[in-house]
Amino acid sequence: MVDFEVVDISHVDVDAPEVGDGAPDFTRPLVNDEYWQDTALSELYNEGPVLLVFHPMDGAFPATYVWNEIRDRGWEGREASYGDLQVIGVSVSSPYEHKTLIQERGIDSRLFSDPGAEVAEAYGIDWELDGMTGVREPLPAVFLVEEGTVRYAWVAEEWPDFPNYDEIEAAIDDL
Amino acid sequence: MSRSEAAITLYRLQACPYCERVVRVLQDNDVPYESRFVEPMHSDRNVVRRISGKRTVPAIVDENTGVTMSESANIVEYVEAEYGDQETDTGVEA
Repeated sequence: MVDFEVVDISHVDVDAPEVGDGAPDFTRPLVNDEYWQDTALSELYNEGPVLLVFHPMDGAFPATYVWNEIRDRGWEGREASYGDLQVIGVSVSSPYEHKTLIQERGIDSRLFSDPGAEVAEAYGIDWELDGMTGVREPLPAVFLVEEGTVRYAWVAEEWPDFPNYDEIEAAIDDL
Repeated sequence: MSRSEAAITLYRLQACPYCERVVRVLQDNDVPYESRFVEPMHSDRNVVRRISGKRTVPAIVDENTGVTMSESANIVEYVEAEYGDQETDTGVEA
């Protein structure tokens, strides 16, 4: 990541769960390649660990980059401490946009739709976008959730910023 | 409505009047259901075809009875027969 301006976002008030904290539960439409259905995060982590990936709205290049990398690393469905790992995206985009992203990027994971950014707020990572009045979204962030407890946490500190995929992979391997 | 609580799954399209008709009869009869929203494009509705043999919505799957059904008129009739409240049927409103 060079050749473009990286902006300091230390002014954003972040209050995200840390390793060992409980992951705030929530219900939102969960989108797969065929349909969407209201689903609670707890329903997911009761079945297996969840890698919760907050990213900018679908169509922004970071969303594309992040999903390309995750898809190529083959994390979805990896055998874990209990059940299989579920990679779950979250953005403010609508279910229709999530379906398009899933199709265009060949994503085999599911995404929550959080248009009001209340989930981002519950995770203490919501921020107002400059130049898009009234639009709030999550800072890029990744939480690995095992039985409701955060096992790995990362929140962007500049803009744009990308997860450390090797670090996440190590956390997945440690489950 | 949590996934584990409702026996009826309703496949629906946002703002589809026939789907809303089914929603209304389910709600009127206090029948728990969960919604699965599909896309307007017929070609994107393979999940509905897999369960019902057709791509039309609304469609329901009732795990209580093993019934899968399409067409709103059929579904309304089914829901009222299977879950209908006798008093409402005879016009005695609360």
